[in-house]
Formats: sequence, structure tokens, C-alpha cells
Amino acid sequence: MFEAILLTVITAATPLVVAALGELVTERSGVLNLGVEGMMIMGAVSAFAAAQLTGSPYIGVLAGIAGGAIFSLLFAFLTLTLVANQVATGLALTILGLGLSGQLGEAFVGKPGIKLQPIVFPVLSDIPFLGRVLFSQDLIFYLSIVLVIGINWFLFRSRTGLKMRAIGDNHASAHALGINVIRTRYLAVMFGGACAGLAGAQLSLVYTPQWVENMAAGRGWIALALVVFASWRPWRLLAGGYLFGAVTIGQLHAQAFGIGVPSQLLSALPYAATIVVLVIISHNRRTTLINTPASLGKPFVPDR
Amino acid sequence: MKKLVIALAASAALLGGFANGAQAQEKKKVCFIYVGSKTDGGWTQAHDRGRQELDKALGDKIETPFLESVPEGPDAERAIERMARSGCAMVYTTSFGFMDATAKVAAKFPDVKFEHATGFKAGPNLATYNSRFYEGRYIQGQIAAKMSKKGLAGYIASFPIPEVVMGINAFELGAKSVNPNFKLKVVWANTWFDPGKEADAAKALIDQGVDILTQHTDTTAPMQVAAERGIFAFGQASDMIAAGPKTQLTAIVDTWGAYYIKRTKALLDGSWKSEQIWDGLKDGILTMAPYTNMPDDVKAMAEETEAKIKSGELHPFTGPINKQDGSAWLKAGERSDDGTLLGMNFYVEGVDDKLPK
Amino acid sequence: MRIELEKRAGLSPMFSILSPLLALVLTLIFGAIMFWLMGKSPVGALHSFFIEPLLDVWSLHELAIKAAPLILIGAGLSICYRSNNWNIGAEGQFTIGAITGSIIPVMYPDWHSPLILPLMLTFGLLGGAAYAAIPALLKTRFNTNEILTSLMLVYIAQLYLDWLMRGPWRDPQGYNFPQTKAFQIEAVLPELLGSGRAHWGIVFALVAAVALWFMMRFLLKGFEVAVLGQSERAGRFAGFSARRMVWFSMLLSGGLAGLAGISEVSGSIGHLQPAISPGYGFTAIIVAFLGRLNPLGVIASGFVLALTYLGGEAAQLSIGISEKISRVFQGLLLFFVLSCDTLIHYRIRLMLSAAGTREAKG
Repeated sequence: MFEAILLTVITAATPLVVAALGELVTERSGVLNLGVEGMMIMGAVSAFAAAQLTGSPYIGVLAGIAGGAIFSLLFAFLTLTLVANQVATGLALTILGLGLSGQLGEAFVGKPGIKLQPIVFPVLSDIPFLGRVLFSQDLIFYLSIVLVIGINWFLFRSRTGLKMRAIGDNHASAHALGINVIRTRYLAVMFGGACAGLAGAQLSLVYTPQWVENMAAGRGWIALALVVFASWRPWRLLAGGYLFGAVTIGQLHAQAFGIGVPSQLLSALPYAATIVVLVIISHNRRTTLINTPASLGKPFVPDR
Repeated sequence: MKKLVIALAASAALLGGFANGAQAQEKKKVCFIYVGSKTDGGWTQAHDRGRQELDKALGDKIETPFLESVPEGPDAERAIERMARSGCAMVYTTSFGFMDATAKVAAKFPDVKFEHATGFKAGPNLATYNSRFYEGRYIQGQIAAKMSKKGLAGYIASFPIPEVVMGINAFELGAKSVNPNFKLKVVWANTWFDPGKEADAAKALIDQGVDILTQHTDTTAPMQVAAERGIFAFGQASDMIAAGPKTQLTAIVDTWGAYYIKRTKALLDGSWKSEQIWDGLKDGILTMAPYTNMPDDVKAMAEETEAKIKSGELHPFTGPINKQDGSAWLKAGERSDDGTLLGMNFYVEGVDDKLPK
Repeated sequence: MRIELEKRAGLSPMFSILSPLLALVLTLIFGAIMFWLMGKSPVGALHSFFIEPLLDVWSLHELAIKAAPLILIGAGLSICYRSNNWNIGAEGQFTIGAITGSIIPVMYPDWHSPLILPLMLTFGLLGGAAYAAIPALLKTRFNTNEILTSLMLVYIAQLYLDWLMRGPWRDPQGYNFPQTKAFQIEAVLPELLGSGRAHWGIVFALVAAVALWFMMRFLLKGFEVAVLGQSERAGRFAGFSARRMVWFSMLLSGGLAGLAGISEVSGSIGHLQPAISPGYGFTAIIVAFLGRLNPLGVIASGFVLALTYLGGEAAQLSIGISEKISRVFQGLLLFFVLSCDTLIHYRIRLMLSAAGTREAKG
């Protein structure tokens, strides 16, 4: 039973974690993209459509990634090249994404989905308990773990990552040091879009293999909150995503168990828990300040 | 700048070319307001199917414009009034949340006929209509009791409103008519529409041991989960057999088309009256999807029950029925009145959940 | 081809006016092409979007109703964001304001007095402010990021309202349907004119926006907001407290959102129900930025956004343009407005050759 619950939590948490990881990288470069929900839903519809048309869920995954990344280019062009306001552009991106995905996906509503099947590791999956939980999952779950490790390494161990963080902390001096601020940010925004698209693909190929309009149902917003929750650190983000997922699933079990508490109160628990935990961990003012990208959301135009 | 001028000129020319398009026809407008998108795969799509059938049946005499994704609240009143002002002869408002807005606009436009789905406020030019979904749920309950090995089903509910509570009770009563010890677990998803959450609720119920699943939410996600876990399930609002070819036992299919055709004909021949209509299986406002994935005797039982409900021989809410706490509600042979059902806020015996008060 | 920006010495007054017009022209062109490609009449569509809602008195009233909450919330948020505080939970404060404002008509439906409305509005204002005080407290006391807390509190507020509607506050005569009794007449915000249903909400919105503009322009408080928003350090030297500014900006924006909530419920709906807002609190964030964080600009952008909602509806009905397409169109309009605003601050140069400086790539 515990194992089954854990599997459910993993499926629920993976899209949050993946989308939030992308946004984490974007924000570390100093760009605030509030359009995660819009990019996610574009990823979901691209993935579903491509899987339907080709019959292969893996092409679907690729299409989801591409869909999110291409869609994020719109945001990048406006905010980086034309220095439009990031907050407003991100929100507008979500409006556009919800409308566009609904229109593109109209033909696919009600079609039975193609599920991304688990990849089972031969020996490892036989390990009692851990095997089924960790080594019999779908591609996107493995990717999410790889992403956490990879991004953590990239941000704190690699030269490029260091440069990117420098841009996020102070774009003017990074520019003075000869780092190409705009190009780096373009790549960071597109990485964010690709991850949101991958998260969307998880929704329409793994979580619930189907396409319905607005199927992200606010998960992009939760992903945004997770980045703040994690104070821009990948491992903390993973923990936050699983905490949120666990409380969400836990409350459904509590209901099925029949504990007789109003369901609205139980449904509010994940949000309340997130606040409480953040209050506890952000108590230390210094660590929070160190991790917050100081240039976040501020426009940058190179002077010559 | 020059480019801009050219583009402007081009678009102006385009605009001119199309300007003389639509002109007034002499067809009556029968209008629809939807709370969701017409391709939501659930509630609104079912209404839109009905609208299309109406269009097919009477398309030479009427046209059927619609507004989709109208939020309940102040927007609803504006949207409904816009319909009335645009010359609609009749307006179907297809969500409970449109009730007060419909009533307000109906009072302002006495010559327009309004029909509001699932509400209780009527007026001289405002009728209400609803479907006796509970009849289908009773049949589902009977099938569940036959098909479940554990005598335990899971119910994914949306919001605690009478309609949903009535459905849960009807299911439990149907099940108990076959297996008196049948139990029902309920999870409230607090949403009509969130595939992920509905799937999570389905998994939670299955992990707690139910081996039959039914839902009162919109998407096919629970059906997919049931298919994956190899248990049986019932579809909602549409025939969901495509999502679970080996899983769906039957589904309650909303077939509003029959109703819309009947009432619109009445409008056209002048016999329309404001009524409070609550149609059931016999009127075709809901139908049961084919009984599949079950042995013949279960199928025969389901068909027999369906026939009895249609003929009026069987009413699902017929005593003796106890409330959840064991107190008596209906005496033997006594049938519940419609008012009690429409405002239902208590469970019958056997439901393993506490109703929010 | 590359695009390069060059910072202007000051704001361009010409482009301050021209940029929205240019954005409109671009939107019209792109919109016309889009509608034409979809086989819809471009002129009909654009007419429905931008002209039809302005043609009759009824529609103008509806425009005011739709714009009022957007402006009221957006004006408060514009001050909040100027001070560098990030309240994105106005939707929750709106909801709580609607609840606290409804306490009197729900608990005392038989009380009849002219005092009811002023009390309700005050309660709504205080409720919204109190709810915004939670992120303010957590930020000042525990250093917790207000973006996360205010957003999470939105969901909690909505679930709380849902619980009230289905439980304790349900109308006992309403067949157990989730809404309260209709408010007594003294609890309904009166209509402004006899010609339509626009109510006092729009007046509150305009007064609040103008007052906030006055504050920002002429009062020391406005200067304090601007300085602290620019740089906390500079503000400290000027003797301003960033901590007090957190409280001020959050309570102000929360209070106005709460007022918008109760105005909407009392003026437009007439009772409390689970669905009271189609996302006004979130849309108002766009309104605030579209108005360039200037309360007067917020008035304009609030009306523009309201117009596109009404226009989308009109287009749906008159020529069958789907709601999704009007969403796309709305997104396009926003993109054009946002990118044309660049012209106010920058000169744009199109570079045809790759030679030149090392930056920027489009």
C-alpha cells in the first residue's frame, strides 16, 4: 500500500518538479517567466498531437520539449530583445498558450491516448520495494532525476553555470566582464520552455494519457511557487515537489479512509503545508539572500 | 513606415471585400450558453452534442448560436442579456450557476423564452429542465454489486451539491438491492475538471481496496486508471468506452438532444409553456451506453431494471430506506418526492463517508 | 538582420502616445490576417471586438462593470509593485473581501438600515487588507517570500469560500444549492444611472486610481514608494523603512482587492456564491503592468482589457469566432502593446549586417 501511494506521488510530483527545474534555471539567469502554465499546456498539446500522428510516444516527448521551447522564444524575443516587461509578458504568454492549445487540440479531444510505457531496469527493478519505485518508471521520471543532478552540477560546479549565475546576480558587471548576457538568457529561457514542455508531455502521455483543454489545471503556477519555495536550489526543489505531491495524495487517501473532515480543508493542506515549511526554512535570512538572483525580472540593455 | 501604409491599405481592402457578408435571415435563433468549452469532453460537450442534433433536426427553421466558457457570476448575466438583445427567441442556459442571472434577464425580456438546466427558479417565460441521472446510477449500483468481488466500490465526486449526493445514494441503493452489505467509499475531488486530480483520486480509491470505480467528474482520467489497474468502471456524461474498451461496464450518457428538439418544436408551433421538467430514461434525456464486459445474467438484470424504471414500475428511491445514521427515512413502499431529492443533503445507509454540513 | 536598442535620454513623449496606437494598428493587421485565414470576415470580427461593445448604452454599462474590479485591483497592485513588493495573491484578497463584506447580509438578513452598505464595504476592505497582512507579516517577521505565500493563500481562500457556500452559509431555502440567500435591498450596491446595471464599483475604482496617482505624484508617501522601490539602500538613507513599506503596500493592495470583491458581490451578483471571479486578481496583474504601473494608465488598460473580453463575446455570438481564438487575439494584443512600449524608452535600430557590436541577437 505504501509503495502504491509512493508511485502515485511520483506521478503527481514529476510534472511539477520538471517544470519548476526549467523555471529555476531561467530565473537563475535573471529572467522571471510567469508563463510556465502556458508553455506547459503547449507542451502537452504538442506531445499528444505528435504521439497521435506518429504513433510513438517518444516522438511525442520530443515534440513536447520542442513545443515548449519554441513557444518560450516568443517570450524571449519580447523580453530580451525588445525589453518588454517580464511579468506582464509572462502572463500574456499564458493567456495565449491556453487559447492556442485549445484551438490546436480541438481535433484530439476524446481520442484515446498513447501512454509512455515504463522502462524497467532488468536487475535493479528486482530490488524489493526500491526496485519498483525507482527503477520501473517512465522516461520522464528518470529525466527529472537526471535534471536535478545535472542542473545542480551545472549551476554550482561548471564554468558556464557560474557565468550564468553571475548574470543573474548582476547583469551589468557580467556584461562588463565580457559575458554575453542576452545570448545566455535566450538559452536559459528556452531551457525553461523545454522543461515546461516536457512537463506538459508528462501530463498528456503519462499522468493522464489524453488531451483536454486546460489540462494543466494550474500546475504551472504551483511550479512557479516551488522555485521560490526551493530558494533557487535544485535539491530543495525536488524535496518541495515531493512534499507537495505527498500532501495532495495523502489528503485523497484520508478522504477515502473516511476521516470525516471537510474535503475543502483537506484540499487546502498542500498549500498551507508549503507556506509553513517555507516559513521555517526561510528563517535564516542570509542563505535566502545569497540564493536569490538579484537581477531577477530587471530589464537589461547592453550599452556600447 | 511605407510598408505599414501598404499593409494598412491591403487590410482595408480586405475589410471592404468582406463587409457585405452576413445579412439577416428569417430563421429563429435558439441560443445556448455554456459554462465550459464545447470540447471539454464532459458536461458542456454533451450539451453541445444536443445542440448539434437540434441543428440537424430543425436546421431549416432555426439557427443555434452559442457562447462557451461563460464564467458563473456577473459575466453570466451579461452574456445571457447579450443573447436576448441579439434576437434569440429562446435561450438555454446550461449550468446551475446561471440560475439567478437567467431569472434576472428573463424578467427583463418577457418575450424571450428561457430554459435553465438543473435549477429551481421558474417564471412565466422561464422553464427549468433536468435529467434523472439517478435512474442510471441505480442501474450502475446493481451492476457494481454483481461484478465486485469485495463488495466495495469507489466514487469520485466533484462537489457536495444535491445532484451529486443523490447520485451517490442511488448507486448505493442499487448496489444494496443486490448485496445488502455493499459499501461505498467517496472521495471529493473539489473540481469538475482536472484530469490529474481525478486520476489521483481514482488511484487512492483503488489502493484502498475498491474494485469498481464510478465518477461524477468530467474527464476520462479515472476510466484510464481503472483500465490500467484492471478493474471495472462506469463512464460519465459521454460513452467512455474508447478510454476503457475492457473496463467500461456501461455509462450514463447525457442525450440532451431529444429534449432540445422537443422543446424547440414546442416553441415553433406556439405550444411552449413554462414548466419545471425533470425527464428520465423513458424520455431519452439520458441513455445507458451498451452493457459491456459483463456476463449475460448481469446484463439481463441491468436491462430488466432499465425497462422497469422506464415503465415506472421501479423507482430507485422507494422505501424501506434508512438514512446513514440508521434512522428511518422512507417506509416500505413509500416513494421519495421530487423536492426531497432535488435538495438532498444526507446519505443513505451504507455510504462510508461523512457529508460536509 | 538584428535588432538593437539604444536608450533614449528621457522618455519619448511622442511615443508615449504613439506606442499604444501603433500597437493597435499592428493588432488590427495581424488580427485581420488571422481571421481571414480562418475563413471569418476580418471586418466583422474586428468590428465585433472593438466597435460593437461601444455602440449602445447597455454595452457601455457592461464595460464599466467588467473594468471596475480590474482597475480597482490593478491600481493597488501598481503601487505595490512600484515599491518592489510582489503581491500576486490579489485573487485571494478579493475572495476574502467578498466573504467579510457579506457577513452582515448573511448573518443579519432582517436588518434594514442605511448603515449596512458602508459597513459592508468597510468590512470588505478590512478583510482584503487583513488577508494581505499574512504575507506581509511572514515577510517582515520570518523573511518569507511574498510571491509564494500570497499565491498559496489564493487557493486557501477559494476553498474556504467553497466550504462556506456548501456548509454554514448555504441558503436554507435554496434546495441546498451552494449559494447564500439574496442580499436584502439595503445591502445591494445601487446602480449608478437608470440606463443600465453599472454600479458604484466603477466610481470606487476611478476615485481610488486618481487618488493613488495624486499620492504618487504629489505626496511624500509616493516619493517613499518610488525611492524604496528603486533601492532599499537609498530609501534607508532617506530615512524610509522598507519594513513599513511592505506593510503599507500589501495592506493597500489587499484592501483595494477586498473592496473590489465586496463591490462585485454586492453590486453585480446580489448574493455570495462559490464562483465570484473569473480570475480578476490575476488579470489585474497584467492591467497594472499594461498601465505602466501608473494608476492613471491602469484606468486605460483596465478598460482596454475589459473591451477585449466583451468584444470576444460579441465576436463569438455574431460571427462564431470561438472563445479560444478570442483568447489568442487577446494575447496578441497584449504582446503588441508590451513590445511597442519599448519605443518609449529606446530607439530601435535594425542592423542589416552582422558587423558592429558584440551584443544582441534576435
